[in-house]
Amino acid sequence: MREIALHVLDLVQNSLRAGARLIKVEIVEDTHLDSLVITIKDDGCGMERALLEKVLDPFTTTRTTRKVGLGLPLLKMAAERAAGELSIDSKPGEGTVVTARFQHSHIDRMPLGDMAGSMLTAIISNPAVDVVYRHRVDQRAWEVDTRTIKAEVGEEALTLPVVIQWLKSYLEQGVSYLYGGVVENEIS
Amino acid sequence: MKMKSLDELKKLREKAQETIRLREQEEGTKIVVGMGTCGIAAGAREVMLALVDELQKKNLKDVVVTQTGCAGLCEKEPLVDVIRPGEPKITYGYMTAEKARSMVTSHIVNGQVIGEYVIAREDSGD
Ligand SMILES: Nc1ncnc2c1ncn2[C@@H]1O[C@H](COP(=O)(O)OP(=O)(O)OP(=O)(O)O)[C@@H](O)[C@H]1O
Ligand code: FES
Ligand SMILES: [Mg+2]
Repeated sequence: MREIALHVLDLVQNSLRAGARLIKVEIVEDTHLDSLVITIKDDGCGMERALLEKVLDPFTTTRTTRKVGLGLPLLKMAAERAAGELSIDSKPGEGTVVTARFQHSHIDRMPLGDMAGSMLTAIISNPAVDVVYRHRVDQRAWEVDTRTIKAEVGEEALTLPVVIQWLKSYLEQGVSYLYGGVVENEIS
Repeated sequence: MKMKSLDELKKLREKAQETIRLREQEEGTKIVVGMGTCGIAAGAREVMLALVDELQKKNLKDVVVTQTGCAGLCEKEPLVDVIRPGEPKITYGYMTAEKARSMVTSHIVNGQVIGEYVIAREDSGD
């Protein structure tokens, strides 16, 4: 994978497969601490200790379509290449938190990539599952919560082109604000 | 730059509900994009984004794009299934954003399957 944002989308797939109803994606970029941390927290089925212990080995997977699980080992490698690390905290029946830390300025750190595109993809293709996306870059923070959107237009509206188009611009502008985009009025 | 706000979303509410009512009256087309790890690495996100963009441009309101997990056809990813009522399910392989856009014009709008991209056909009766 060429972008951290694609890994995020891939982790969201793990959460979906675990039956999550709410997935929280958090990205924190802190240039003073020189760190970039991504956290994906879900309320899915969680993992037993035995599975958790060997999940970073690529020959571990509970999927039936093929014999290797690539998602977590690939992200672990990407984090370690950038002087970072991957950690997983999981409780059966409660959920899972996956955290990957990267040194922000590391020359081998993958670019963050198209977070707006990854979040749009995750949200519109699973309208029944709730997603919270929080992103902070030093002093600037932005977030979107699909529960707020559904309260306005209903769940099914997330599959309508006009609403998807709105969400796309909303996400793109939110992310561009984080990187210094000018804002005319307050973000609600 | 003027920020998109949630107020703007409120204004879409009526339009949205009207389309949902229309959708309920007849069975529409479903497009399913494979989102396994290899699918994502091979460009499934770009395919998905191109599909929803093209549907918006062509104002195709009764088509739903959704996703599925890994289908075990790694080397043919990104995969896209098209399911139209009363027709066999068509699976396209090695998709790209560009191919996805031409597929919408040809298959979804004009009913012409692009044989060249097809990797499987399956009866809807199965
Ligand atoms: N959020 C999660 N909740 C519960 N179980 C999880 C979660 N994430 C991963 N797992 C378990 O860990 C295994 C390995 O995950 P990993 O992403 O590395 O591979 P995979 O999802 O099986 O396959 P791939 O990611 O290559 O498509 C999964 O099969 C699943 O059993
Ligand atoms: S996504 Fe590659 S085999 Fe499933
Ligand atoms: Mg995975």
